[in-house]
Amino acid sequence: MDALTALWDGAFGSSYAFWSATLVRATPLLFVGLAVAIAFRAGVLNIGAEGQLLAGAVASTAFALAAAGLPQPVVIAGMIVCGMAAGAAWAGIAALLRHRFGVLEVISTIMLNFVALNLVGWLIRGPLQEPSRINPQSATIAASARWPQLLEGHRLHLGFALAVALAVVTWWVLTRTAIGFRVRAVGASPRAAASAGLVDAPRTILGVFLASGACAGLAGASEVGGVTWALYEGISPGYGYTAIAVALLARLDPRWVVLSAVFFGALEAGAAAMQRQAGVPSVVVQAIVAVVILGVLAATRLREVAAARRTPVRAEGL
Amino acid sequence: MESILVPFLESMIRTATPLAFAALGELVTERAGVINIGLEGAIIAGCLGALVASGSLGAGAGFVGGGLAGLFMGAVFALFVVALRTDQIITGTALTLFGLGVTGTVHRYLTADGATVAAATVAPWPVPLLSDLPLLGPVLFRQPAPTYALYALVPLLAWWLQRTHGGLALRATGEHAEAARAAGIATERVRWLAILFGGMMGGLCGATLVLAQVGTFNEGMSAGRGFIAIAIVVLGRWTPLGTAGAALVFGAASALQFTFQALNWDLPYQVFLALPYVLTLLLLATLRGRAAAPAGLGR
Repeated sequence: MDALTALWDGAFGSSYAFWSATLVRATPLLFVGLAVAIAFRAGVLNIGAEGQLLAGAVASTAFALAAAGLPQPVVIAGMIVCGMAAGAAWAGIAALLRHRFGVLEVISTIMLNFVALNLVGWLIRGPLQEPSRINPQSATIAASARWPQLLEGHRLHLGFALAVALAVVTWWVLTRTAIGFRVRAVGASPRAAASAGLVDAPRTILGVFLASGACAGLAGASEVGGVTWALYEGISPGYGYTAIAVALLARLDPRWVVLSAVFFGALEAGAAAMQRQAGVPSVVVQAIVAVVILGVLAATRLREVAAARRTPVRAEGL
Repeated sequence: MESILVPFLESMIRTATPLAFAALGELVTERAGVINIGLEGAIIAGCLGALVASGSLGAGAGFVGGGLAGLFMGAVFALFVVALRTDQIITGTALTLFGLGVTGTVHRYLTADGATVAAATVAPWPVPLLSDLPLLGPVLFRQPAPTYALYALVPLLAWWLQRTHGGLALRATGEHAEAARAAGIATERVRWLAILFGGMMGGLCGATLVLAQVGTFNEGMSAGRGFIAIAIVVLGRWTPLGTAGAALVFGAASALQFTFQALNWDLPYQVFLALPYVLTLLLLATLRGRAAAPAGLGR
């Protein structure tokens, strides 16, 4: 009971908990949740948001450290561009492997997560290590590279506004434009989409990989610019994996991804408080995330079965 | 040269052993037409199961505990994928997260207030006479017991798949489930059993890691082995002998780490840590595996 009280208080108990803990945690989850939603919509099973986030964090840190003397808007814009480009490039490797060599992206993106993690591990003990060379992390980025706060006295930063804007843009593109139609068509059935002559399926899939990676890379830039101000190994506590639950709970709809990201942000923030106050390990969140995914899968499936029973024609395979 | 070669080959076989357990299990699952991406979850469950069981009951019980923990994860996966017919990839991903989350939580409870849980470990057991052979002796026959179990299991599985009714039912289910059903094969039961076997082997992979290699439990210690095992099955072209061979390639990639350290090569150690993952990507890209895959895989 104490644990549940701590969980609630840590997420919603005060205005500080909500604005500075829950929404700050929801920000990266919103970016990566959108990344997964875009990919899954097109049938691209990108499990690599974690690695793409790290790639974005690396590139934006490197840029922020190199461009410290430039005006703040230029530095921040540069960090955003670098983060998105690096995330897209990291996802692009998996896209290339699938397109040219038929490698399942489920496996390649996970392998790339581990490679990215080791790459970060090397960089922060090598080329990007802080000048005193004692701690395994990069130097702290200059004040001009830190993202502005949205509310006086709260940790909520520019990244959250960007993420919400990105959700709106993504929803609009997916539902109201020809590009979005192609993405949904490829997701429904790549072969049918191609033979209908409407869609260049490989090109659409490549575009989806890159867009998905760019969203995840932006999460990395936003964490470095708005929260950590430096690169280190534990910069993402598995946001890229939680993203799958964020996207599935939202049924891959960008509008709902916003709410679902806030829900999981609250869960993460509450779990951190629960660990501090009640000694309940915060890794339990991962198990909860998994149960949510399994619950959504089972509920969706049972509804389909019920619908199939109502119609006279038996659904295939039942 | 031999002073480097023998330790290299010995550690190649030692690190390939848990991978081979997981990959042979996944091989059977995939031959039934089911791809279990949640293998990683079964492995980490096996790690913790082995730790808990061996801590109070000894190393033998540790393997049983690891196998049962993996079996449980297999049962959950089969319940969703076979009974509910949910998406195999997403279900598997959830199961991996579930395994990592639950084992991390339980382990922190077990070690709260500085308590330690010691695993009973199994030392290498030199086979009498054979271990005295030159080169082959120290490489093949001074290993922990699970490695010897594999020496028997690989040919047994190859024979079972090709020469028995059970093996035929399994392959038919994976190639064309409807035709198999028409021929009177209970395909759902075949898939359940194949998934349970895969889960148990994943659990034994975890048990081997804890009891014969690391000697303790660390959060996330499965470190992607479940996914590497899936790549190994592709490289092994869905045959037991091929899979065992592919596992050795990955064992070699890990063993290189120790060899290069011994040779004092001046490379960041992260290069070697990343090597098995990069190797997975490169080998999957160069050896086109899909042609040899069971026709009904993933459906």
